[in-house]
Amino acid sequence: MSFKIIENNSAIPMQQIPVLNYEAFFEASSALLSREHCHCVNYYAVPESGGLRLICCIADDHTHKILVGSFIRSNDDTSAIESLTNRHFSMHIFEREIHERFGIEFSGHPWLKPVRFPFDKKDKNSHFGNYPFYSIKSHELHEVGVGPIHAGIIEPGHFRFICNGEKVLHLEIHLGFQHRGVESLMPIHKSLLQQTILAESIAGDTVAGHNTAFINAMEALAGITVSENIHISRTIACELERIAMHTADLSALCTDVAFQLGSAVLQSLRTIIINTFMIWCGNRFARKLLRCGYEPYPLTPDLVNKIRQNLDTFEKRYVEVMDKTMDMPSVLARFDNTGIVSREQSRMIGTVGMAARTTGIIRDIRISHPYSFYHQMTHETITLQGGDVKVRAKIRDLEVRQSLKYIREMLEKYDPVTNEDTFPVPVSLKPDMFVVSLAEGWRGEICHCAITGKDGLLAQYKIKDPSMHNWIALALAVRNNDISDFPVCNKSFNLSYCGYDL
Amino acid sequence: MIRTIKIVKHQGKQFIRDLQNVNLPDLHTGKPVISGDPCKPDCRSCKEICPVQAISTQPVSIDMGRCVFCRECIVCPEKIISFSNEYKIASNEPGLLKVHSRTGAITFNPDLIRDEIHRMFGGSLKLRLVSDGSCNGCELELNASDNVNFDMSRYGIEFVASPRHADGVVVTGALVENSIRALELTYEAIPAPKIVIAVGACAISGGIFQSSKALNRSFFEKHKPDLYIPGCPPHPLTIIDGILKLTGRIK
Repeated sequence: MSFKIIENNSAIPMQQIPVLNYEAFFEASSALLSREHCHCVNYYAVPESGGLRLICCIADDHTHKILVGSFIRSNDDTSAIESLTNRHFSMHIFEREIHERFGIEFSGHPWLKPVRFPFDKKDKNSHFGNYPFYSIKSHELHEVGVGPIHAGIIEPGHFRFICNGEKVLHLEIHLGFQHRGVESLMPIHKSLLQQTILAESIAGDTVAGHNTAFINAMEALAGITVSENIHISRTIACELERIAMHTADLSALCTDVAFQLGSAVLQSLRTIIINTFMIWCGNRFARKLLRCGYEPYPLTPDLVNKIRQNLDTFEKRYVEVMDKTMDMPSVLARFDNTGIVSREQSRMIGTVGMAARTTGIIRDIRISHPYSFYHQMTHETITLQGGDVKVRAKIRDLEVRQSLKYIREMLEKYDPVTNEDTFPVPVSLKPDMFVVSLAEGWRGEICHCAITGKDGLLAQYKIKDPSMHNWIALALAVRNNDISDFPVCNKSFNLSYCGYDL
Repeated sequence: MIRTIKIVKHQGKQFIRDLQNVNLPDLHTGKPVISGDPCKPDCRSCKEICPVQAISTQPVSIDMGRCVFCRECIVCPEKIISFSNEYKIASNEPGLLKVHSRTGAITFNPDLIRDEIHRMFGGSLKLRLVSDGSCNGCELELNASDNVNFDMSRYGIEFVASPRHADGVVVTGALVENSIRALELTYEAIPAPKIVIAVGACAISGGIFQSSKALNRSFFEKHKPDLYIPGCPPHPLTIIDGILKLTGRIK
């Protein structure tokens, strides 16, 4: 095997990442990606002296390992290289990103379009005004452009539909409006606190998810191990976040199909969960809660009781309203058979997380590459078949119920009396190391890759939000649906703009 | 039908009747409290730890327009800095967001409130949101401001779907090059007179992104905000309180 085999959150020296020539790299990654249980979690380019190092990380769900390989491309080399997307469509977004940032041509890539118009893009003439939209010359068809600013409190993004009457034939999603330069800021910020706050700000709805990935990466690079208590509280935070966001999305789905009761009740239920974060750490979205190497807000016996009480209050009303919602003919008429993504499509485009699990694919980092407390838990991945809006609502419902159970179990195991590790510890990263940190946010798989320099500081940081894989699933889901069903399809995925734009 | 009645009964009344006197949990990081004690000579521990350069020392002051409310500055060996759960922290002048030992409640500068704001927007205010390089945190709280708990629309304050229907624009995010044109166009499309509200540390100062090359903050140079709502993200109560004060609904 020409790829180095590593584990989630285990740092390795940079020189241990094998360097292949492109042909060997291409064949090796292609062979891996042909296996159904393997998928690419990150493929990106790192500038090195005189050229670029392209690193590809492929996760193997069976062996629970990650395979890492790389190749080097000199700056003088302007020739095109063969596109992996040709054989494995799920690679399309990674190659597009590399092309946009560094200008490498991938021959045979069907769709080498801009991803997010970063400030450090290669082609300075590429901008929002000349985005190459797919279009059809026809007198019968028409185009509908929506955004970047949308009709509500929502982030910016542009959606271009090609419609035949009310039917959507094609949707192209063009993002980048939220690009803040997160990845480039990571090494610029020198203090760990700044970097942590930046990690919390990758996506404000996935604070615990992204911060867990960041903290795990830093702890691996610094060789810090933390107590079981800390692992438990981090895992509780991630599961609470899952409950909060799934509930918010279920509420939004009810709003979109004009089911006022479900919308109002679920809104107030989400408030209970995020107010639980408030009494725990003083912020409703788990900011400040997770820190590298220590636990600034340990759970006290009193707090454990309050969390239990809140979960009980939540569950009683939640079960009642969700059972009713999923029983309502007027709701089901809108959810059922709307926005279908087939299993074949899902596999081809490489969806992750919740969206993949609605098409019968077991893709869940909590079980394939466990981290934090998931090592000790017997987690069972929920998968459903069908891939429509109803199934995406249903899986959220089931995952909320599952997370409630998990949090209660973890609260049993947490020791609120002996709270050690509540003070910051010195964190010094080992030089010239590489780490991959995978975490399962509520949307799906989060991947952070970090490289340290000779000075033991962060040299490169790469972030992949699950939305990178899943936006194209939304584009496929709305095909052959009425355009009026777009909002409900969109909410059923609720993908991240800021996590994609970075 | 019986199930529906049960759900409604169990839901009860969730809305907060009096938004002016809510006692948030003690841990809620609101207005900083700075004691009048002198700093230790040459001590810069709070200034050094602050991730967003919000603190100046000798004497200590915290700029809430920059602050991301991470609470780390309580490391101060003299315990000069602490945080209260006071959520009424919005103002219409950036200078008034700088908290020092003599700061009482955060106030508004009445001279900066244009005449038409009380007169025209005091009874009803329709707003358009533009998220311009944000992390979605402020959007979640803006959404929450009008949920069944906080119910901002009881005051006639609502977010609308088109700038043509709006009286002002709410800006979240650090203001990035990629969105600046969309923001300008939205502002242009709003009929005059109109207001600008900056929500969150990123909008007010750039926050944790202030040194990023992707930013373009020229919009606020041209159109000075009428209201600054600090926080990371601001609590819905802070947002509602700020808007009510700007429009003269409360003092």
